[in-house]
Amino acid sequence: MRFMLLQNYGGIEGDCAPMYEWTPEEVAAHVQFQVSLNRRLEELGELIDAQGLAGPDEVRFVVSDGVSPLVTDGPFPEAKELLAGYRIVEVDTPERAVEIAAEISAAPGQGGAPIRQRIEVRQVMAAPDPEV
Amino acid sequence: MSLAGVPDRVEGLLRELAPQALGVVVRRHGHFDDAEDAVQEALVAASAAWSADGIPDNPLGWLIRAAARRMTDLYRSDEARRRREDLATSWSREPPEPGSGRDDTLVLFFLCCHPSLSPPAAVALTLRALGGLTTKEIAAAFLVPEPTMAQRISRAKRSITESQVAFALPDAGTRDGRLALVLRVVYLVFNEGYASSHGAELERADLAAEAIRLGRLLHDLAPEEPEVTGLLALMLLTEARRPGRTSAAGALVPLREQDRTVWDRGLIAEGTSLAAEALDRGPVGDYTAQAAIAALHDAAPSHRETDWPRILALYTILERRTESPVVRLNRAVAVAMVEGPDAALLIVDELASDGALRHSHRLTAVRAHLLEMKGDREAAKAEYIAAAGGSANARERDYLIMQAAALGG
Repeated sequence: MRFMLLQNYGGIEGDCAPMYEWTPEEVAAHVQFQVSLNRRLEELGELIDAQGLAGPDEVRFVVSDGVSPLVTDGPFPEAKELLAGYRIVEVDTPERAVEIAAEISAAPGQGGAPIRQRIEVRQVMAAPDPEV
Repeated sequence: MSLAGVPDRVEGLLRELAPQALGVVVRRHGHFDDAEDAVQEALVAASAAWSADGIPDNPLGWLIRAAARRMTDLYRSDEARRRREDLATSWSREPPEPGSGRDDTLVLFFLCCHPSLSPPAAVALTLRALGGLTTKEIAAAFLVPEPTMAQRISRAKRSITESQVAFALPDAGTRDGRLALVLRVVYLVFNEGYASSHGAELERADLAAEAIRLGRLLHDLAPEEPEVTGLLALMLLTEARRPGRTSAAGALVPLREQDRTVWDRGLIAEGTSLAAEALDRGPVGDYTAQAAIAALHDAAPSHRETDWPRILALYTILERRTESPVVRLNRAVAVAMVEGPDAALLIVDELASDGALRHSHRLTAVRAHLLEMKGDREAAKAEYIAAAGGSANARERDYLIMQAAALGG
């Protein structure tokens, strides 16, 4: 079964300064954590995709009635609700997806303390079971 | 053709023969799209047969016969299609010229990079028809689902067939423009491989290596074209630095901070001599000028001891040729090294006030670097943060955040 593990900009439970206020070592440790987590999931054959999204400065919202699309440009004050990135994993059980989400959530931040980012775990819909 | 159990020797030979076989089959039978399918099937059959029974005496003839048989089968089994094809007037009906196999391969390059194709379509088709990669391998390399890539390739083939372009080299009047398209496609493949920041890299074909392979093939076919030589030189000289470009932790390391002892000296020597050859033959084209710049970087013992005045001169030539704001931005970096950051900031501010790069994060990143050179840490930090916000490349964004973090609070 496939799960999408989503991260929002605002989904950080603790008090967390923006990354550029961290020390270079803290930034490096955080990046290293993400890279090696992906590598490990890849080796386990669980990683389908991992993508970060470009920053919220460039975001645009589009609504259309089919005739004249209305395009709203950012930046937006409510950037916290925007998606920052996601991973798609293929796992045997929902529990395993939660386990991976917990690892992502505990990525190291300032002083190496877990940032406790909130991860949204969503199952990706699949083709119907041929037996049903 | 990375089929399990196929000896490297067979695989290497098949990939070398693939475009030659395709060239002959298209010239004889026409129908580029079906011919390409037939050759792919012949390659699969050959890899099984040759691995088991050994390589035949005339491997190219074997492939051509197998592909021709498949085309005959195809048309026999599909009458409706045949009628459709009979309707299509086609360049394919021209009597085969006694052209050389080398020309056929060169014609294939021009076909696969035809102006009617979008760049991604041309890239995929070139990798398949000339690089001998399977659709599955190309899809994996671009992280695209295989059915999507198969569609992209078959639409590209159809659009070439429908454009009814002659299976011949472009005439003298259009040759330069068409060659520029071929070179652009090869360079796009290279950049995709070189700049790739995707996570799942374990099973990807190495696109930079594929591009260099295509560049070598093209150079063998048209050694007299200075820009073909220039592009091959540029790719080799850039690839040579790849080992220094990534830290052990997977982070991006910019040129000025790279460990130059890990650069590939063999590639540098080869690329430098090709760049010199292209420069001698002149006039200096875009790829040749970039290759010459890359050669100067590769020859320098350190960032500081680089021959910046010559690099600046080359960027000035390049900017005059291309009138590209991206080139002007690169020239600004060279200006900073020759004349100092203030002169460079004037150029950058001018670029920022109008034109295509006004909202570019690359411009902001260069500005940040120049301000840092000047010692204005606070302004530099703000610019690094802004540049990170605009970057669409994860490793580059990480690098920019790191630069901002390093400037303290």
